[in-house]
Amino acid sequence: MLAAIGADSIDDLFEEIPADLINTNLDQVPPGLDEMELRRLVHQRARADGQYINFIGAGAYEHHIPAAVWQVATRGEFYSAYTPYQAEASQGTLQLLYEYQTMMASLTGMDVSNASLYDGASALAEAVLMAVRAQRKASRIVMPDTVHPAYRAVTQTIVGDQGIELISIEHDTDRGVIDSDAMASLDAEDVAALVIPQPNFFGNLEDIDALTNIAHEKGWLVIAVVNPISLAMLKPPGEWGDAGADIVIGEGQPLGIPLSSGGPYFGFMCCRQKLVRQMPGRLIGRTLDMDGKPGFTLTLQAREQHIRRSKATSNICTNQGLMVTAATIYMSLMGNSGLQTVANASHANTRILVDKLTAIDGVERVNDSTFFHECVIRINVPLDDAVRALEAQGIVAGLPLGKYYPAMQDCLLVCATELRTEQEMDDYALHLESIVSKRRLDPPSAQKM
Amino acid sequence: MSNLIFEKSSPGRRNAAPLHPGETAADDINDRFKRGTPALLPEVSEMQAVRHYTQLSQKNFSIDTHFYPLGSCTMKYNPRICNELAMLPALASRHPAAPSTTGQGFLACMHELQEILKDVAGMKAVSLAPMAGAQGEFTGIKMIRAYHDARGDDARQEILVPDAAHGTNPATAVMCGYKVREIPTHENGDVDIDALKAAIGPQTAGLMLTNPSTLGVFDRGITEIAGLVHAAGGLLYYDGANLNAILGKVKPGDMGFDVIHLNLHKTFSTPHGGGGPGSGPVGVGERLEPYLPVPRIAMQNDEYCLLDMDECPHSIGRLSAFMGNAGILLRAWIYARQLGREGMPRVAEYATLNANYLKARLEQGDFEMAYPERRATHEFILTLKQEKSDTGVTAMDFAKRLLDKGHHAPTTYFPLLIPECFLIEPTETESLEDLDSFITAMNEIRLECYSDPDTVKTAPHQMPVRRLDDVRAARKLDLIWPE
Repeated sequence: MLAAIGADSIDDLFEEIPADLINTNLDQVPPGLDEMELRRLVHQRARADGQYINFIGAGAYEHHIPAAVWQVATRGEFYSAYTPYQAEASQGTLQLLYEYQTMMASLTGMDVSNASLYDGASALAEAVLMAVRAQRKASRIVMPDTVHPAYRAVTQTIVGDQGIELISIEHDTDRGVIDSDAMASLDAEDVAALVIPQPNFFGNLEDIDALTNIAHEKGWLVIAVVNPISLAMLKPPGEWGDAGADIVIGEGQPLGIPLSSGGPYFGFMCCRQKLVRQMPGRLIGRTLDMDGKPGFTLTLQAREQHIRRSKATSNICTNQGLMVTAATIYMSLMGNSGLQTVANASHANTRILVDKLTAIDGVERVNDSTFFHECVIRINVPLDDAVRALEAQGIVAGLPLGKYYPAMQDCLLVCATELRTEQEMDDYALHLESIVSKRRLDPPSAQKM
Repeated sequence: MSNLIFEKSSPGRRNAAPLHPGETAADDINDRFKRGTPALLPEVSEMQAVRHYTQLSQKNFSIDTHFYPLGSCTMKYNPRICNELAMLPALASRHPAAPSTTGQGFLACMHELQEILKDVAGMKAVSLAPMAGAQGEFTGIKMIRAYHDARGDDARQEILVPDAAHGTNPATAVMCGYKVREIPTHENGDVDIDALKAAIGPQTAGLMLTNPSTLGVFDRGITEIAGLVHAAGGLLYYDGANLNAILGKVKPGDMGFDVIHLNLHKTFSTPHGGGGPGSGPVGVGERLEPYLPVPRIAMQNDEYCLLDMDECPHSIGRLSAFMGNAGILLRAWIYARQLGREGMPRVAEYATLNANYLKARLEQGDFEMAYPERRATHEFILTLKQEKSDTGVTAMDFAKRLLDKGHHAPTTYFPLLIPECFLIEPTETESLEDLDSFITAMNEIRLECYSDPDTVKTAPHQMPVRRLDDVRAARKLDLIWPE
């Protein structure tokens, strides 16, 4: 090969690089491992993590994933394919994405869906930018604090330098939801949109119809933040209020994606037809080929960075193709009835869990609002100690809320999906009862710790 | 097209994969919250779904089935072991909000990855948070902004971007509230230093640069460029899209860069997955470390932990709900451990060898190179402007004809400076036999441009569909079924 090039050595090929820049010292990179050694190392580390019985949701949910989902999604033809810019050589991925768009538009009750964004949180940031583009002069967003705290933080990071203000609204602490009367009387100028989560971060159901109508009367768009599994049971955002939500986003992970310590997941985004040209990310369209046969292609690319550069709707140039592949196969295997079963079973399990936990003296709900598959409970012992003690029993008890809501230092957000068994919930209740009762009989001041 | 999955659906058909339907009352939820009409999801058997998506997959090109000489995208082989280990149940089932004490094994891998990336980038600190290259760019420019803001230096309102840059660069600068000024490229392929000098000043917040550049050459003036930007008070941003060309040979930190993003789906071989997920960790020098996005992974009291805003008060903030594309980071770490210290420079060497071999052989086949006098890096550009003026065949036509010959098309019409161009990057994982097969196909098509241009202009002929009507797709939007 060097002879064909006319070079004496591989080093000659780097001759244009100034010699003082060559630096092959990689002290911090360990020597290479062969496949057997790697497998041993990773199995050992995975074992160290063990497997806990998980009762956290908070934006990522552990559901049953049918065996076929990842066996098909990791076929090399999906796993190692590039972005489908060469449509003729990518009809498989493109048709799958078109099917995905159809499924998501139907689940959310909207006209169109894009081919996905990075995750739920960044999808909210993109929805905010989109709403501001669509509303032209308005540049403020009403952001209730029942929206996932991380979603609010990510949105602030991403839109903060673009002259957009997020107006934070505190929830009604008696009910754990947005106060729609307070929303109706909110006097704010230049608002582009209201963000409505359903279910909200606490698991509670917001008064979506009233809130949607209030927003629309004020001339605001409605950005819905929803859980896709819940949509098999709950009213789709397209039917909220009199006119429905305008933009719908959410975390796609519950649709067949493993938790994997945080990613990769995918964000979904759907909207009304009239907003489609303001949408970020890839869109797949069906069209005809030279022979008049139908086929699929990327469309409305004139919105995107590789064409519009500094005038693009977003700098995004990837979607989460592999995760969407898995989610589409998941939805095909589940069908509507399968998704309904997951939604119902997760809802029923969380009710059972909450009943078992609140039967313990010293554990109670913070409000009696209707929830989907998550609920806030208050525990009258120091929460960190209780959570740690449960962890020692192999139970990840829930998400302590004090970090995000200072008034909720003793509150825990719990979730039981369809995967949790009666036995696991009994174990949780049993251990929690013993922790709480020990505290009752042996208060901290008397303890030798 | 194949029938859609919806067209294979039959009412009431189910499969065994989901739960058996049990109690479905949800009687505590008021009907006003509930769904009326069911969603349009397929009702198919498990076998129907598996066969449908397997058949769809077979209509794709992929690295596992075809050569992908796609410039600036680094389509190298994705080792199978990376996926197998990242999907181990104990790793795949861990909740991201579970206490870090339940994830010490996972966090050990992440911490090692941070250290490895720091070393290859020549940077002081790394954050694994960004979920794609474009988000890494956004992070980098936002940190530059935070740095200037913290110094009260608010006159810096401009980011300089070479005209050959990726489209994400100017789009990112605008997202961070900056104006963009383009710097022209010298005819030798390097940044035009005189134009840079004229553009730079107290309004300059920074310069975004890819080196080796998107023109497939190493910018020889990099040390001078870095000196000019720093002397003017600006910072240097390294777009890591082309890091594969110099992995283990040159460290961006040594070139004078203050911040870098790495595309793990390129250099560290994580899957492209038909368009994602990506992963774009950022590395920084000392000045920008306080601004790195959260969460960051640290070792405290012999335990790995995640640092959040409380511990990193100057951080530009959070970019994802949890921990970036954690499972992709895991695959990149496995790849890096497999390569090891001795394997990294070999990546750059073989990628560069393969590119220079292709360039030399295609030059011998009368293809015109954009920069014939320059060494190729891991990629190079050829232009088909002569073929177009002789025969009317465009780079697009030529690319489509390559599909018929069983090769994915190179990147076409990018960078925008070179007319009718192909940006060709073979990567280090292609064999000599595969490179030769591509050369043969290129030569055959070139001859065909002159002997039978219509066949090339109407290509592809062997794919599942012929060339698609993009104008119709945009005018008569059909984004969901049924219309």
